[in-house]
Amino acid sequence: MPATITPLDTDRTRRRNPEDGDHGGGKRPPTDKRTGGGGDGDNWNDRPQGRRGPRERLDRYRLGIFFALAGDLMFFVAIVSCFFVTQSSGHFDANARYINEWLPTVIPPILWLNTAVIVVSSITMEIGRRRMFREIDVMEEWLGLGNPTTKSAMPWIAVTAILGVLFLVGQWVAWRQLHLQHVFMASNPSSHFFFLITGIHGAHLVLGVAALIAALAGLYLSRSIATRQIIVDCAAWYWHSMGVFWLFLFSLLTCFQ
Amino acid sequence: MTPSAESRAVPRSLLRRVFTTDHHAIGLGYLALAFVAVVAGTLMSLVMRVHLVWPDRLIPLHGPVTPEEYLALVTLHGTLMLFFVLTTAPQSGFGNLILPSQIGAREMAFPVLNALGLWTTVAALIVLLASSFVEGGAAISGWTAYPPLSAIASAGPGQGLGLDLWLASIAIFGVGSLFGAVNTLATIVAKRCDGMTWERMPLTVWAWFTAALLSLIAFSVLLAALMLLFCDRHAGTSFFLPTGDLVNGTLHTGGNGSPLLWLHLFWFFGHPEVYIAILPGMGLTSMILANFARRRVFAYRTMIVTTLLIGLLGILVWGHHMFVAGLNPFVGSAFAISTMAIALPSAAKVISWLATVWRSRPSYPTPMLFALGFVSLFVAGGLTGPILAQPILDQYLHNTYFVVAHFHLIMAMAGIFGLYAATYYWFPILTRTASMPNGRLLSETLGKWHFWTTFLGAYATFLPMHIAGLAGEPRHYAQFIGIPNAAAQHLIDGAMGMQRHITYSAIFLISAQMLFVVNLLVSWRRGELAGENPWEATTSEWHRPASNEWIAVYRAPCIYIQHSGNESGGEVFLPQWVPERKPE
Repeated sequence: MPATITPLDTDRTRRRNPEDGDHGGGKRPPTDKRTGGGGDGDNWNDRPQGRRGPRERLDRYRLGIFFALAGDLMFFVAIVSCFFVTQSSGHFDANARYINEWLPTVIPPILWLNTAVIVVSSITMEIGRRRMFREIDVMEEWLGLGNPTTKSAMPWIAVTAILGVLFLVGQWVAWRQLHLQHVFMASNPSSHFFFLITGIHGAHLVLGVAALIAALAGLYLSRSIATRQIIVDCAAWYWHSMGVFWLFLFSLLTCFQ
Repeated sequence: MTPSAESRAVPRSLLRRVFTTDHHAIGLGYLALAFVAVVAGTLMSLVMRVHLVWPDRLIPLHGPVTPEEYLALVTLHGTLMLFFVLTTAPQSGFGNLILPSQIGAREMAFPVLNALGLWTTVAALIVLLASSFVEGGAAISGWTAYPPLSAIASAGPGQGLGLDLWLASIAIFGVGSLFGAVNTLATIVAKRCDGMTWERMPLTVWAWFTAALLSLIAFSVLLAALMLLFCDRHAGTSFFLPTGDLVNGTLHTGGNGSPLLWLHLFWFFGHPEVYIAILPGMGLTSMILANFARRRVFAYRTMIVTTLLIGLLGILVWGHHMFVAGLNPFVGSAFAISTMAIALPSAAKVISWLATVWRSRPSYPTPMLFALGFVSLFVAGGLTGPILAQPILDQYLHNTYFVVAHFHLIMAMAGIFGLYAATYYWFPILTRTASMPNGRLLSETLGKWHFWTTFLGAYATFLPMHIAGLAGEPRHYAQFIGIPNAAAQHLIDGAMGMQRHITYSAIFLISAQMLFVVNLLVSWRRGELAGENPWEATTSEWHRPASNEWIAVYRAPCIYIQHSGNESGGEVFLPQWVPERKPE
């Protein structure tokens, strides 16, 4: 007896009774080709779920990170809508005068530099991410020729982490500059939002840097190429999203105050 | 490697067993957590009801109930029931237990994240319960925590550390719910077995999917709102603090914020939250009615669409909670229209439930009774929805018992009937172990007694509240009688008979739940052994695939064949997982 018996393809193909209709009209195909597999005419879909090749796990983790980022987007949307509501609302004082206390916070110029840094970091991250999926490197790895993906992606991810730390330091410098001008979080409705938005975005980036460090560690700790691809890929999508969020938040703080 | 029934039999260390990543154990963990919360929340409601009609009565081990304590009880009761029972049990508890097998998956998409979600939720419950033991006691601003009173620590005894802990608890809970929502969504999208097309998914799965989407949107916004409130309390900001507010003798002049902003953020979360609580019950009701009536679900695709539509409209109606909070009247009209629009998909659901059982000859085991009870309570509670959706009627009714009656019937009672239906229906899966793979059934005799007493108690408790509300009796009052020098006491005295009836009914309703607890305890150990598919169900949670079996699904749920000719044997139903129709 062989250890595993692979059923013939004809055994796997399900004969479908034409009377087995689905509900509500519209006959559906017997299998949904979108539940897994890599597409491009491969036959992964004919395999049991969970054994449909290296992309299946990656797709699942990507889905997870995208859903999580969608939730995070709603978090920022809520804060931005509060920004606009507070900006446009005031109150009447004892003499029935309408008072809106919003005084736009002047953006420290270093934020432009920080923005450039985070854009560059997203580019380096994308290069690093693509290095993880270069066909020739993956092939060498499968043939047992060292860890070429790790070697080629590691410097880019490390540079991204360093740029991320640089960005955080830059944000801290911006806070210091505002504090020296006696602009604090409690000063004004506008400064509430300036410190809040930069603060929570910074907290997200701290998590991002932690994810990058975890990815760097994973590159050396994990032997499975699929796992290494997943951690770098998820860290990259998170990093890109934080970059895009920052571009929106920065334009909000510079142009819409 | 995916853990299966076989690997579950292997003995593991205690630590591994407690911090397991097995979806079955995590689901049971969530249900245990919800059980603790529901017992605590129910006892609190008992104390409140007793205090309302006998304000001088001393509570055993405690003494008299002060007005602050009454408000703390209102807050804890609402928070426990909304978050830790009605969000946790249907979505996370039964979701984890049943969802993977219903879509033909062996595990959730992210088992470790799943376990993290459970333990985050446990931490949230511990923080919430701990808040009643700190200085000043638990928060007293209700489960909605309206500012400015929630933004100022000196506003009341529980508004200091008690409210800080409340904020922490809900934030932790929100993070845990987001973990769960991401996991549920990724599982449904990526882990369906072969043949499980979107249209073949059971309606319960559609409900969990929609509720997870709502969780993702709503809890993110709630986290933002909690953070802003925390900043108002501790970072000197004034997002929600208006200027010139006199709170507890102190004039607060610093602020430039708006309490209405909190209401917008909170109800943007709060309204989807009630659909997160009720949608799984709706999906389960459809499936149970179809199963015991041996009929297809009437208008299956429409039921999928209405589930999604209820979810979509559910995030567009938050303003109807704010009609009396100073909302612009034009905005009120818009929210009134979107709120009444929700009646359309809801009515479509009711029509489908009725049409599914119409002129069938259903069998009536306990899960079927609870599902029918769900329909009844959903209709009874839902009919007052369009009334409260009118801004002009809501002006009168908003702060009365009418609203209490509305949301307790449609959300609390219908929600708990959904949970009971789920427990009676899926008890064999709950009690499944490696040595007893088919599990046990709950006692039918006790179950029928439990259903009829609960059904009677639910209506006896909450229907009269409509009348109390129409008579103008205010909610949120700690005490109606026995207040020294009360001015208009005669207005309330006439209504106390009704209030006493409500309290007696509530005591009856709570006592009736003892039947369930006894049933649970007895049946867990000694219940009747279930068959492989005790309800002859068509959905694949009743299928126990071997560890190396290739899982696939061949048809939509709820397909039954009439027998032709032979009355004695032959399949009368076609499970989703059976490949071929048996030759007739």
